[in-house]
Amino acid sequence: MCIDCGCAERTEQAHHHGHDHDGKTIQVGEDLLAKNDRLAAVNRQRFAGHGLLTLNLVSSPGSGKTTLLETTLRTLRAELRFAVLEGDQQTANDADRIAATGVPVHQINTGAGCHLDAHMVGHGVDHFDLANLDVLLIENVGNLVCPASFDLGEDCKVAVLSITEGEDKPLKYPQMFRAAELVIINKLDLLPHLDFDLETCRDYLRQVNPQARVIELSCKSGEGMETWYNWLREQLAKKK
Amino acid sequence: MHELGITRSIVDIAERTAREHGGNRVTSVTVEIGALSGVIPDAVEFCFEACSKGTLLDGARLIVESIPGLGRCPDCGREQEIDNHSFACGDCGALGLERLRGEELRVKELEVD
Ligand SMILES: Nc1nc2c(ncn2[C@@H]2O[C@H](COP(=O)(O)OP(=O)(O)OP(=O)(O)O)[C@@H](O)[C@H]2O)c(=O)[nH]1
Ligand SMILES: [Zn+2]
Ligand SMILES: [Zn+2]
Ligand SMILES: [Zn+2]
Ligand SMILES: [Zn+2]
Repeated sequence: MCIDCGCAERTEQAHHHGHDHDGKTIQVGEDLLAKNDRLAAVNRQRFAGHGLLTLNLVSSPGSGKTTLLETTLRTLRAELRFAVLEGDQQTANDADRIAATGVPVHQINTGAGCHLDAHMVGHGVDHFDLANLDVLLIENVGNLVCPASFDLGEDCKVAVLSITEGEDKPLKYPQMFRAAELVIINKLDLLPHLDFDLETCRDYLRQVNPQARVIELSCKSGEGMETWYNWLREQLAKKK
Repeated sequence: MHELGITRSIVDIAERTAREHGGNRVTSVTVEIGALSGVIPDAVEFCFEACSKGTLLDGARLIVESIPGLGRCPDCGREQEIDNHSFACGDCGALGLERLRGEELRVKELEVD
């Protein structure tokens, strides 16, 4: 198409009517996520400076991220110093639930955005006294697709999969499950009521990400929670 | 669906680069999108017209170069074409294919007037 001479509707040959476009080609080679990755590196360095363990919790909506955080904070807040960044499209519901545990929380509303990015997180943590924290927990927007592509400067992504979603989610959203170092399978208490096959789910996870650590638990019954707490303690010990 | 943000980045990078080179108008922009990048080229094309309105890219052509995924088997070493849903080596069935190519997400070049 040639806008200058208005010959858009004509054939290719119509272009050869004697005028030169004197356009030039510029090589660019710039990464589209470069800006996010640069800001993520700044975040990471800042967290490292404080020996902070930072986890980015990702999942479908409703898998139980906020419930997992609430339970964890209530259990461990006397032992470890936490802060929570809450990413939500609209409401402050999750932040209010976290605030009720007494742990510092800051809400980031992404509006139409379906994921947190490194820039939002960089500003979000300005609300905390990082020097006096051990663990920063970031609850990403409930979405199994794009949070996988955005590095926030976290130590690792923790994917939460609840058994009401079906065991095929790792195969359907491999990007997300591949990006996670830890996969939590939540709502184990519902197992007797569903035909969810735990072994099949583990097998799918192994196919997508053979390295991932998998912890099965229930925020409701408390089963498996101690394994998660011990994983947290181990990760933090690695930072110190 | 973060293709809207990705497309905005394409327009931002192209505008800034064009200005740096004294260009008045971008007539085409070529982007490389890897098959493993998680970005859907059709969705970028869909967003492009809206994102380029009123910028130096207004009316520009978007050229998408797709880069197929390439993986290497950790066991037998065979290199093979892979997509996001390839989990096992086509030869020996080993898991955990190493990703050699296909995660690219780049503005490659521009044509300016
Ligand atoms: N039965 C059962 N229900 C659970 C468990 N964990 C969470 N839930 C319930 O699942 C629902 C969603 O939990 P949330 O913690 O709000 O989920 P979320 O991942 O934070 O959701 P979004 O922030 O919207 O993405 C709530 O009704 C919880 O009570 C569990 O272990 N067992
Ligand atoms: Zn939540
Ligand atoms: Zn998104
Ligand atoms: Zn800023
Ligand atoms: Zn092989």
